[in-house]
Amino acid sequence: MSTTTIPAGTKWWSGGKSPFNASYGKVMMWYFLMSDAFTFGAFLISYGTIRFSVNHWADPNQVFNAFPFAGHANLPLAFVSLMTFILIFSSVTMVLAVHEGHKMNRKGVEKYMILTIIGGIGFLSCQAWEWTHMITGDHKVLVDGVIEEWGTTVTKNPWGPAVPAETLTQMGLSATEHINTPGPIAFGGYFFGITGFHGFHVLSGVVINIIMYIKTKLGHFDQRGHYEMIEKAGLYWHFVDLVWVFVFLCFYLV
Amino acid sequence: MSAHTSSPEVTFQPEHSGGTKKIWKIFWVLSALTIIELALGYFLYAKSGSLGYPVIISTKIVIGLLTLAKAYYIVSVFMHLGDEVRNLIMTIVVPLILFVWFIIAFLADGESWKNLRNTNAGSKPDATKQVAPAAVNPGDKK
Repeated sequence: MSTTTIPAGTKWWSGGKSPFNASYGKVMMWYFLMSDAFTFGAFLISYGTIRFSVNHWADPNQVFNAFPFAGHANLPLAFVSLMTFILIFSSVTMVLAVHEGHKMNRKGVEKYMILTIIGGIGFLSCQAWEWTHMITGDHKVLVDGVIEEWGTTVTKNPWGPAVPAETLTQMGLSATEHINTPGPIAFGGYFFGITGFHGFHVLSGVVINIIMYIKTKLGHFDQRGHYEMIEKAGLYWHFVDLVWVFVFLCFYLV
Repeated sequence: MSAHTSSPEVTFQPEHSGGTKKIWKIFWVLSALTIIELALGYFLYAKSGSLGYPVIISTKIVIGLLTLAKAYYIVSVFMHLGDEVRNLIMTIVVPLILFVWFIIAFLADGESWKNLRNTNAGSKPDATKQVAPAAVNPGDKK
């Protein structure tokens, strides 16, 4: 889409037209996304603050090293990379849907919306697997001299400082075992809270995209004469992708 | 040329030139940036025992900058903000500059809380910071 050639000296604020050369709905979607950006930003920055304020935080390469159907293989960053690519790809199909909408090509819009919806459902499935794996996980923790097996939940964090090798051998265990002490409780709340809030946005995005698909198929946008609704849904979907890029950065990469 | 009008508020209709080439090109750019980030992240993990603090921090900053680049491409190309009227772009970008202050202030705060906790509000030395004993060479006056 090329930049609009707008004549210089256009009086934008003299009334009778949109001063941003955009429809009310589109501008309002942008401002809603701004507010949502500040909400997610606040969550992520508060996560950073708490993480900086403790001496030991869970190592993401230890916590997030599982992959579906790979058993106990140590694959740090692998699953989350898959999730990132699924979301990026669904973003691309969404842009292509908007592009087809500009050409008033209904079949094209339908095709790309279906692919975007599948991408969204794929991401949600991956996130569901990740959550289940975290909550039902069994990681050995040394609590008050007893070895327990903890999953990662909002009340239990089995990823504190590792038990030193000497203590392990004293207890009659192999010095190479990964046994930790309980870590900061905040980890679970932040992880599940932020990824859950994001996942909720993905879910609502998928629902909106399904509604857009149905409306496209029923010919509502053909009747209206433009596919701007698809564009607005696209803005929301890209925002969801963008938030994931930052969640991925804060939780898994740094 | 299809006469697709959005709402009547839009005075100058955007010209939508044919190709999807730009879209796919940006997809590859985003993928490449992601792969570089993952490689750097993996580097930090694989060498976690042997890297000094400055290397770790600089690598994390580079990863952060790559993420900002991704954000720029997604917002400017995929969300088409780059094609909008300049004033609209400014109403979105300028408030987000607040995030710079936001991030610096709160991370500094977190660091300060850690120091306060470790030193019991400044009343005892920080046990987590190992102070190297002064090097004693033969012949030094004590």
